Amino acid sequence: MNASLTTVKTAAESALANTFAEARGRLPGDKAVAARRTAAFGVFASQGLPHRRVEEWKYTDLRALMQEAKPLASPPDATAKARAKTAGAMLGDVEARRVAFVDGAFVPELSDLRGLEGGLSICSLADALADGDASVLAHLGKIAPASDVAVALNTALMGDGAVIRIANGATIERPLHLSFVASQKPAATFVRSLVIAEPGARAMLIESHEGPSGSDYQVNAALEMFVGERAHIDHVKIIAEGEDALHVSTLAAAIAARARFNTFTFTTGGAVVRNQMFLNFDGEDTVAGIRGATLLGGRQHADTTLLVNHVARGCQSREMFKSVLDDEAHGVFQGRIVVRRGAQKTDAKMMTRALLLSERAEADNKPELEIYADDVQCGHGATAGALDEELKFYLMARGIPAAEAEALLIQAFLGEAIEGIEHAGLREALMDSVAVWLKARK
Amino acid sequence: MALLEVKDLHAGIEGKEILRGLDLTVNAGEVHAIMGPNGSGKSTLAYVLAGKAGYEPTAGKVLFNGKNLFDMAPDERAAAGLFLAFQYPLEIPGVATMTFLRTALNAQRKKRGEGEFSTPEFLKKVREVAGKLGIEQDMLRRAVNVGFSGGEKKRNEVLQMALLEPLLAVLDETDSGLDIDALRIVSEGVNRLRSRERAFIVITHYQRLLNYIVPDLVHVLSKGRIVKTGGKELALELEARGYGEYQEEAVA
Repeated sequence: MNASLTTVKTAAESALANTFAEARGRLPGDKAVAARRTAAFGVFASQGLPHRRVEEWKYTDLRALMQEAKPLASPPDATAKARAKTAGAMLGDVEARRVAFVDGAFVPELSDLRGLEGGLSICSLADALADGDASVLAHLGKIAPASDVAVALNTALMGDGAVIRIANGATIERPLHLSFVASQKPAATFVRSLVIAEPGARAMLIESHEGPSGSDYQVNAALEMFVGERAHIDHVKIIAEGEDALHVSTLAAAIAARARFNTFTFTTGGAVVRNQMFLNFDGEDTVAGIRGATLLGGRQHADTTLLVNHVARGCQSREMFKSVLDDEAHGVFQGRIVVRRGAQKTDAKMMTRALLLSERAEADNKPELEIYADDVQCGHGATAGALDEELKFYLMARGIPAAEAEALLIQAFLGEAIEGIEHAGLREALMDSVAVWLKARK
Repeated sequence: MALLEVKDLHAGIEGKEILRGLDLTVNAGEVHAIMGPNGSGKSTLAYVLAGKAGYEPTAGKVLFNGKNLFDMAPDERAAAGLFLAFQYPLEIPGVATMTFLRTALNAQRKKRGEGEFSTPEFLKKVREVAGKLGIEQDMLRRAVNVGFSGGEKKRNEVLQMALLEPLLAVLDETDSGLDIDALRIVSEGVNRLRSRERAFIVITHYQRLLNYIVPDLVHVLSKGRIVKTGGKELALELEARGYGEYQEEAVA
């Protein structure tokens, strides 16, 4: 396609080019959207799939890990929809308003859009693009980094997703649940969502990604979030894909002044997972909690890559990521906090800890601070190690069997991060998910 | 049948022999004090009995209630009725004391084929015991030993012991780091648990604790062996004269 490219395209790269060429004519949106797609695909075409010599992807060599690119998923049939009904079990008793997507397409009959609270509006991205929704077009792609290959591919191939608006001062008590479910077919989905929280808005958003084991489907999901002044947004992402899935997802947020913003990622599923966050603190005096818990076994690989950009002064951010790695699992954490010249009085603390349950498990931690202001409090810490045998003995000496003692210690380890979630019901649900994972481990 | 029978026990850490032929017989209802200078093997004995990894027996045998103790994992020993009160109780961040107590108690009951306690039954039992030891409800809600003072940690050990109702409790230098008030509370807690079925091995460097927990027998441990056994007056003798002669005796 491009004679100046010297690298030979991989099968997956060629397949993506074919997919785009074939699908571009029927993807939603007018000519302007089509032009954006073409530009975005150009970003991908010029860089190719990221590999280990690309610093941001150092530990997740997508070129090697993604042997083939699956065809775009066709719309879900009745069987796929019926199976998706039972999705969302990890939410436990949390009563949330569900917005369902199966194989990347919005499914109204599995969604609950009745009696929306005042100030809340929800629509599908495909519809918004088809209608040429001016506000959606103005926000889309504004904060997700266009140069990032995963984002570029998402922009080029985005099919559907959720568009959520929360009006000025509106408090949405019932959590919103964006439920993304993959069916059995080995296909690719590119979902793109947009959340616009106006000043003073308050809501909790749960995003879950799940699918069956035994299918090597591929997910590329992106969410752009605009958090207005004094808004309070809690975001929880649950990545519970099937054992053979490839999942790449992006959260990009622009956070205005005096807001409260919390995001938590809970990762247990997927063969290869890349969870990336680009968070911009654009307004002063915001308080944010950025946390995550990852539980991996087998040969799973999960990469959390975080870029926190402190642009405005007086913001406080707390980053805490914990991972539990068993068997030959590989956990990656790359966290970079940038404090710009104007971001005086920034208070940022990042902690990442990995618990290795097997000698063959591997953890890579790369915390970075990049500070251009002189009156800030920033720090980071990273640890990786095995379970504390002394603690285990103490528990066993009280009659607790080895496996149960380990489970208690692992729950305590992850609990420290999970406690950061403000919603009590969801905290409990995730602790239950940890217990389920631990039971399955033996 | 003795509750605990230790015969010619040899044990050590990382190939270094610390216990060198220790013999000890403890019957139900008895309180034995084991005293000795630093390095004589007191804590090693406690850890070998409880089954800590790295503290390996190399010769001899230990029968607990007629069963070979070394055939049992630490949790099985606990369920069989052995309790070790740690010299330095560990802090377990993230595990609430209540959860810890309930998990331990129910795990032991399950292993013994007894029914698990229901939450109300359990709470009633904990409150009763905690009250007597001056342990506040707030302490029970906190993570195990995290932010506890030395005295609180030791009281927490006695609380665990009272709840788990062992047949044999080994108290490893329970008096270390305690002021006189804490010592009194802890000792009273132990004394309340004395019964005809239950035995204690009180390991201590100092005689002071034995004013509160009065032993039936006092053993002097030196260089990994029990070199003298006597009544409670032996502890006073040691307090007055020190361990000097026993260290020399063992060398000789």
